[in-house]
Amino acid sequence: MTVIKQKTKTTVLQNGRTIDPTRNMDVIGDLWIEDGVIVPAGEKLPEDCQLFDLDGKWLVPGLIDMHVHLREPGEEYKETVESGTRAAAAGGFTAVACMPNTRPVNDCASVTEFILEAAKRKGSARVYPVGAISAGSQGSGLAGYGELKAAGAVAVTDDGLPVIDSQLMRRAMEYAGSHDLLVMSHSEEIALSRNGSMNEGVVSTRLGLRGIPVAAEAIMVYREIALAELTGQRTHIAHVSTAAAADLIAQAKARGVRVTAETTPHYFTLTEEAVGDYNTNAKMNPPLRTESDRQAIRKGLQDGTFDAIATDHAPHSVLEKELEFDRAANGIIGLETSLPLSLALVRDGVIDAMRMVELMSSSPARILKVPGGALAAGSVADVTVIDPEKEFVFTKESILSRGKNSPFLDWELKGKAVLTIMGGQITHNELQ
Amino acid sequence: MKETYRFQHKHILGIEQLSVADIFNILDTANSFKEISNRPIKKVPTLKGKTIINFFFEPSTRTRLSFEIAAKRMSADTFNIAASTSSAKKGETLIDTARNLEAMAPDIIILRHGSSGAPGLLARHIDASIINAGDGTHEHPSQALLDIMTVREHKGAIEGLKIAIIGDIAHSRVAHSDILGFSKLGAEVRVAGPATFMPPHLDTLGAQVFDSVEEAITDVDVVMALRIQQERQNDPLIPSLREYAQFYGINKSLLQHARPDVLIMHPGPINRGVEMNPDVADGKGSVILEQVTNGVAVRMALLYLVMGQEGGRGRS
Repeated sequence: MTVIKQKTKTTVLQNGRTIDPTRNMDVIGDLWIEDGVIVPAGEKLPEDCQLFDLDGKWLVPGLIDMHVHLREPGEEYKETVESGTRAAAAGGFTAVACMPNTRPVNDCASVTEFILEAAKRKGSARVYPVGAISAGSQGSGLAGYGELKAAGAVAVTDDGLPVIDSQLMRRAMEYAGSHDLLVMSHSEEIALSRNGSMNEGVVSTRLGLRGIPVAAEAIMVYREIALAELTGQRTHIAHVSTAAAADLIAQAKARGVRVTAETTPHYFTLTEEAVGDYNTNAKMNPPLRTESDRQAIRKGLQDGTFDAIATDHAPHSVLEKELEFDRAANGIIGLETSLPLSLALVRDGVIDAMRMVELMSSSPARILKVPGGALAAGSVADVTVIDPEKEFVFTKESILSRGKNSPFLDWELKGKAVLTIMGGQITHNELQ
Repeated sequence: MKETYRFQHKHILGIEQLSVADIFNILDTANSFKEISNRPIKKVPTLKGKTIINFFFEPSTRTRLSFEIAAKRMSADTFNIAASTSSAKKGETLIDTARNLEAMAPDIIILRHGSSGAPGLLARHIDASIINAGDGTHEHPSQALLDIMTVREHKGAIEGLKIAIIGDIAHSRVAHSDILGFSKLGAEVRVAGPATFMPPHLDTLGAQVFDSVEEAITDVDVVMALRIQQERQNDPLIPSLREYAQFYGINKSLLQHARPDVLIMHPGPINRGVEMNPDVADGKGSVILEQVTNGVAVRMALLYLVMGQEGGRGRS
């Protein structure tokens, strides 16, 4: 869906359960939007307004996914800025941060500008490009953070690959700090994970697959923490999958290290058992872990170890997935399942609604230093309406992403974004 | 329940999917076919008109030959495709290649492939029966079945036997299938070797792990040694073959800890003087060549059974 252009008339969302973590607010109320901005509600409805009665549905700041792969430029057969942001809008997201492992790699202003231009013309969500840490993500030499930042990049990472050279990572943190860019770490000790295709454990032994041990993540997470401590710069740990890494992050936060962390719905929902009989839609890096890891991830969402739920949305075509397991690509899509899977955490009593909104909107906005994440008057009008009771079956046919690679295919899910508004424009509407 | 038993597998993907009754049925069928190989005219018409493709992505001499002889003794038409001559090197995917083979209507495809799970992937996409002739570090079911058949011929029953498998368990699909098979039939399966050769959680497959070879083979009925490679994919596993031979190689003095009537097995090919001394490989109790002979009978049984009464193609 492309953005529906509207005349500047007031949009009024009535009777929503309005949840704004930035003001610790959870009340039934109305929200007014004018010219793409949230405005104070007036005494009585303006004439000729666009009115939605939310009937108690949740009204939250637009969801922000700080870790997605939009694949454009270079792999448009997997996803484009247009298809990826349509999937985002349908999933309740008003903004996504897209990883730089495109072709070419986003390591310069021109690629960043290309992505932003595509988003402006065809996007259904705000797109925040993330630049590469190293030139070409080759692991040697810094990319030009100054020009990346000036072009609109919000962070740097070599995501998909770890930064092997510790000195390079140190310099990346220091230099990114000078340009006020966040460093996002794909934490993997590749010497331990090389040729591995799933978690090292009971299931890898049963299937005869080379495993990726927990230590591969923990070692690199510790290195990043040590370097964040050394440099004093803010560092973000992407897609945490293990209890061991969660522990390290909690300890680092306790002693004041400027580290933030995200985890994903698949790590708090699934375990290595999902690989089952070589299901390549359950193959990603880092891999699905054990039940005790899953429990630790859920606990970390509750206790503040994690700052954000991100999806690591990684669309692939059947060309990369209908293969022998060890040859299949890593990664699964996530934009259209993240919200219902996170709502399950609320129903399970792991986190409350406010915390979920914080993890999916307010904190990502704060970490990336981008607009949104709040519903106060004057905030940008990025808003998501959630029907927490709406049930649906997640079928391949319903997916808007070009990638259909999900381990949640045919799951019965509960809770859905029914109205998504980005900058005052409706980007998704199944409310009426 | 013996009356109601029927062999229902269209594919042989691994020992994991086979029940105890299936395994005995395969062994009994193999026994009945064994005699064919001793006839002056070693051929029966059972699979006449059936097309069997040996589809081997990894080099193999004995397994491929064993399947081919088995098929020919059953009068099937056999064809061999090796990865070097197939489209695999031209970038065609396994599924595409298999669909092309499928278009030529084979009844059985015997697959050896370097990726664990490849036979199952093939089975999901094409109509022919698939027999796994070794997939990655996953399973090698026909080898385990011929091992079980050989032990059963000598010991009568498998239940209650103690079986030691020594060597690189982590990278051995033979060990994987043997552990599953022997433990399913009630044997006590022990494994030993350096920790670099042990995958995690081996107990979940049904094996007990020992650090010491001597301890592992104490009082066992069967000792099986596995072929050793010093290094795999730039992964240093042992310092040298010489050191391995010294601490983990099977020799006569070690064997004194086993039962006097211990059987000596090896899936081949042997590194003589590394995992097994020549005097052990060729000595008393060695059944290594019987394993090869039984391999043909077991594979004849598998070909026969997957074709079933209705004769293969089109069965669900």
